[in-house]
Formats: sequence, structure tokens, C-alpha cells
Amino acid sequence: MTVSSDLDGRFRQAAAQAGLLDAAFDLADSPIGTLLVAVSERGLCQISFDPDEGLDRLSRTLGRRVLRVPRRLERPRRQLDEYFDGRRTAFDLPMDVRRLPAFQRRVLEELARVSFGEVTTYGQLAARLGRPTAARAVGGALNRNPIPIVLPCHRVIGANGRLVGYAGGLERKRALLRLEGVAA
Amino acid sequence: MGEMPIPPFERFYHEHRSAVLSVLRRRLGSQRAEDAYQETFLRALRAYDRLRDGRNLRAWVLTIAERVAIDEQRRARGQAELPEQEAWDARPAFAQLEHLVSQLPPTERAAVVLRYGYDLDYERIGAALGSGAEAARQAASSGVRRLRRKEVT
Repeated sequence: MTVSSDLDGRFRQAAAQAGLLDAAFDLADSPIGTLLVAVSERGLCQISFDPDEGLDRLSRTLGRRVLRVPRRLERPRRQLDEYFDGRRTAFDLPMDVRRLPAFQRRVLEELARVSFGEVTTYGQLAARLGRPTAARAVGGALNRNPIPIVLPCHRVIGANGRLVGYAGGLERKRALLRLEGVAA
Repeated sequence: MGEMPIPPFERFYHEHRSAVLSVLRRRLGSQRAEDAYQETFLRALRAYDRLRDGRNLRAWVLTIAERVAIDEQRRARGQAELPEQEAWDARPAFAQLEHLVSQLPPTERAAVVLRYGYDLDYERIGAALGSGAEAARQAASSGVRRLRRKEVT
């Protein structure tokens, strides 16, 4: 028996409005593949390059009451579209990183100051945090960045100018840097 | 003891929504089935973070649907003629029990079917019925007593 999209949509909307969800998500097409984008009551909490794996992770970290509710994701999706169209250089979205360890939150706060089209290195970011020897720990924190693209870990590269690594794969890192006008 | 992990609600919903709608349509007709569908999955969502085991989720959600249909029929009683309560599931377990339990009061009927037809534990039955484990145990045992008395006469 097919559930009509109208009935389906009404349930999803009712679930979100009743405040019963740990997180709402949607899938967004982008030049670097389909993204899973998720928000909690407090703000943007996850962007994943692999939607299936991302849904499992969302369920583990935020809670298993997670549902696709496109209407709740309109704002972040629009801003991502604008970014990929070259019409936006900064995101204006509330973010929910309260579950992350304190050190990682500090790294991500510092990361958020690296603007569109700029690059920095793991060492420089560590120095800005007042922990000049912690480049490796900074790398680890960035590798587990739950909100890539919006929190721009693609703008952090190795001291030798190599891209080094990216949770979404180096091809995606390169594509994002090119989009921002950085030769990579 | 390996417990089956509980999937993200989205996957659970996607997997069982057709079956739930199908059951509710048979029980209530297409018009009333739509409200009941929404109510069923809202109840499932409310109970979802208390689930401890991912087994029998189909039976679990059909139980909730059954309960919602019972509530809906109760509410509608007097206002309109009830549709025939057809078999709501083709599972053999239920089919075997159905003719035995059809005369029981709704809560007892649901508790007996879930306990003995689907082998769910009382905690889960209680959650599905919107009460607790103890209330579910009492409903099932009272249903069984009623069935025994009937068999004797």
C-alpha cells in the first residue's frame, strides 16, 4: 500500500512540530555529491558526504528519533545552494556543537574565523589557539568536524602546501578550494 | 546476549509505513485511516527512545496501530456504524489466535495477541498500549482467564 506524499509529509511535519525529534535532516544535491544536512532544536548539527553513514551517525550522536523533514532544513539548504553557486561567501546559521569535547569546540571556533578563499595550516591554527605544538591534535579535531563546508576545515592544509587529508576525500577538498578561488 | 540495534526512526518509519496504512485502512476505511496513521507513528515516536531491542519492530508498530484503531472505533461508536473488524494481519500467529480472542475486551485482546501471538515482553506491550508493563501483564492474564472460563463452559 503506497503512502501518499501528502500523508507522508503531514506526518513528518506533525512530528517536528510536536517537538518529538532529536534531529531533522534532509538530503541536498551539490556539485560534490548528495549531502545529508541535519539540524537539532538548537541549530545545524551535521553535514555528511555519505548520507547512509551520516544517518547512522546522526542517530548515534543526537538520538535515534531522527526524521527527514525538508521544511526544517530550508534555510541551511538555501545557503549551501548559494555557496555552491558562488553567491555566498559566509554562512549565517545557528550551530549546535554542544556535544563535542571542549578542545574540539575551541578548534572549530578558531576554524570559523578562517574566511572564504583563505587557507591556513594545522600548525598556524594550533598557534592561534595558544597550543603551537598541538598541530596533530588540531588535525584530529578537524578530521572529526561534524559540520564540514560550513565549518571550513577544507581551508586547512599542510605546512608544505599539500592538502594532507579530508574526511570527505581529497577530491572534495580540492573542489571546495577551487570554488573559493584557491589554486589547489 | 546480543540485542538487535534499533535503527534511526527514519528507516523504521520507511520500512513499516505501508503495512501500517494497509492495516488501518482495513480496520477503519481510507478516510479515517489517515488520521490514525499519523497518530500511530506519533505514538511510536514518543516511545521510540525507550525501546531496547530492534527485534519485532513490525509487530510492535502494528500493535500500536491496532490500539489506535481501537481508540478510534471507540470514539466513533454511536456516531456511525462500525466497519467489520477484519483480520488486521495475515500473520499465522495472529490468525490462529484471532478466532479465540475476538470476544475479549479490546485491551485484553491486544495484550493476549501480543504476548502469545507475537511473543513480545510486557514492557513493550505496555508501551504499545500506552500503559505500563504491570498493566499489560494483568490485561493478558485476565484475558487468558476469560478464555479458559469460556473453554470450560
